[in-house]
Amino acid sequence: MPIITYRQALNDTLGEELARDPNVFLMGEEIGKFEGSYKITEGLLSEFGSKRVVDTPIAEEGFVGVAVGAAMLGLRPVVEIMTINFILVAIDQIVNHASKIHYMFGGQARVPMVIRTPSGGVGQLAATHSQSFENWFAYCPGLKVVAPSTPYDAKGLLRASIRDDDPVIFIESLALYETKGEVPENDDYVLPIGTAEVKREGTDITVVAYSRMTVIAMQVAQQLEKEGISVEVVDLRSLRPLDRTTIVESVKKTNRAVVIEEDWYSYGIGAEIAATIQELAFDYLDAPVLRVAGVEVPLPYAAKLSQASKPGAQDLKNAIYRVLQGGKRWQK
Amino acid sequence: MAKSTKSQEVDVASNGYSDLTNENPEELRNYYYQMLLLRRFEERTSEMYTKAKIGGYCHLNLGEEATIVGLMAALTPDDYIFTNYREHGYIIARGVEPGPVMAELFGKETGVSRGRGGSMHLFDANHKFMGGYGIVGGQVPLATGAAYALRYQERPGIVLCQMGDASTNIGGFYESLNLAALWNLPILYFIVNNGYGMGTSVAEGSSEPDLWKKGSSFRIYGERVDGTDVIAVRDVTRRLRERAEKEHKPAILDVVSFRFRGHSVIDPDRYRDQEEVRRERMRQDPILRFSEKLTQNKIVDEAWLKEVAERVEVEVQAAIDFADKSPDPKIEDLFDYMYATPVPNTPGRAEALEIAQQLGGAR
Repeated sequence: MPIITYRQALNDTLGEELARDPNVFLMGEEIGKFEGSYKITEGLLSEFGSKRVVDTPIAEEGFVGVAVGAAMLGLRPVVEIMTINFILVAIDQIVNHASKIHYMFGGQARVPMVIRTPSGGVGQLAATHSQSFENWFAYCPGLKVVAPSTPYDAKGLLRASIRDDDPVIFIESLALYETKGEVPENDDYVLPIGTAEVKREGTDITVVAYSRMTVIAMQVAQQLEKEGISVEVVDLRSLRPLDRTTIVESVKKTNRAVVIEEDWYSYGIGAEIAATIQELAFDYLDAPVLRVAGVEVPLPYAAKLSQASKPGAQDLKNAIYRVLQGGKRWQK
Repeated sequence: MAKSTKSQEVDVASNGYSDLTNENPEELRNYYYQMLLLRRFEERTSEMYTKAKIGGYCHLNLGEEATIVGLMAALTPDDYIFTNYREHGYIIARGVEPGPVMAELFGKETGVSRGRGGSMHLFDANHKFMGGYGIVGGQVPLATGAAYALRYQERPGIVLCQMGDASTNIGGFYESLNLAALWNLPILYFIVNNGYGMGTSVAEGSSEPDLWKKGSSFRIYGERVDGTDVIAVRDVTRRLRERAEKEHKPAILDVVSFRFRGHSVIDPDRYRDQEEVRRERMRQDPILRFSEKLTQNKIVDEAWLKEVAERVEVEVQAAIDFADKSPDPKIEDLFDYMYATPVPNTPGRAEALEIAQQLGGAR
């Protein structure tokens, strides 16, 4: 199987879907001539033309709303929001409109659209360019939210999202774009939205993660294997709908769990996972569920401060050790 | 009347009404009938609200009847309509039966949005009535997107984006104007200017109170029209609609009328001088103005007016009866329409049944 980057997987999928369905079109800032701020749409304008690959002015509320309205008439827009930080000015169109139109009008209109956007931070992007807001959208019934961690999943989930008749928020990560993985050629596979995957089987502890944190979880699992600790990694893939069954089944087997997430600690995805586990698998737990998450500050610019604020492999290891020791109170 | 058009192209006399001499009398009588239907529908809606048959927020079209009927007379079946939350009259004048509209207000399964939307969220796909929207200005980018789709698919028709005067102050309006002009979209922004956004007057809320000028930074053409003159509204809408469809040029129409009551049924309207409200209501009553004009032109007589009033009374009562007798949506259908494409791990009938059985719907 060919090994390609996450970026390439996205680029290939967008191209294939544009070729497959004339109602699919791309819309966003700098996606055409500039070929995308992160080059996800490289080459697509020259291949498909300006009707299918539409450069927009900086007007997120406007063009996200335009995409919703166009979707209501049967088009299938795939919108790029340069990073999730810029989605906030469009949130009314997503939360008050896209997510509600099908239900609120009794099923008479569909909103088949995708919003792709990278979440989280790398390097020293500082406070306004490093945030994780996927939980804001995962909170909202009517939306679907996916967050693939590998090139294979990115391709299968992007296909599924574009072909789905509901609004899908497709969470990417700047730090994942260069990661590589196996992706089959000439295989029109689609991954089901709403299902998690056990990315690695283990017996001692479950680590629940998504997007970039899954990659960290897999690395940690590999390292801990040498220490005799068997880590099972559950990759959520989909944040809404949430596959509670896969999480709970894993915890029933391992009896311990840690959640790692890039967003802030309070009110994050991890809180939802921990609550799910205590509601549905309390009697199976041998230790409290711990969360590894971002420190609750506006992310500082200085390299040392920035690094200290973001969750990483060492945090996850420490949490795993604590849980395996019986679950003493987490003191970071 | 001081609210004449400012346009060089349309000439509504400053104190007069459109000339009816060359109009089709049957059409005129039909306009009158529709206006009266909307009037009685809203008056009875208000009554149903006080009887607690209707919940939530409820905004009436009283005083807006000529605006609505004139607009709908100008649109074609190809056109899509997006409106704000003050839209009962719009969906009826577009051709949807009053019964399912009243049923929606009553929260019934037979309602135009199956009881899921309510007063502010009426929808009828068959009539291309693409929704009333409860968030001020929320429909403006959506309507712009629908116009984008028409252009993309090279289909005939335009999008009519109805909106209130105060929604010309939100950011999404300007982003939409910019995109509509950049992309040459077939859309008409139809501003129902009743002078007030809740309790804030146009002059208090907009640094440019001539709302038809608000597209000038985007090179979007605008006009103002007397919204109490059904013929004037129809004619200018027709012209701008044609222009939008044929030349793909968006436009703004500032349609001035007078809001008869408070912002919504529960608003006591304390911020307006009630003496003035009474005076203006008489002066700017679109139905009164039209019936006087029709009578003067001998297009209708007293007997006909009485007959129409009786007919409308019966029709609105029938709508209320229909709504009253219609079934409530079932709790076991609570999760229906949640997603258009079913995916795993979403609640469905089983979960809804559980809620129905455990709680009997009372939480």
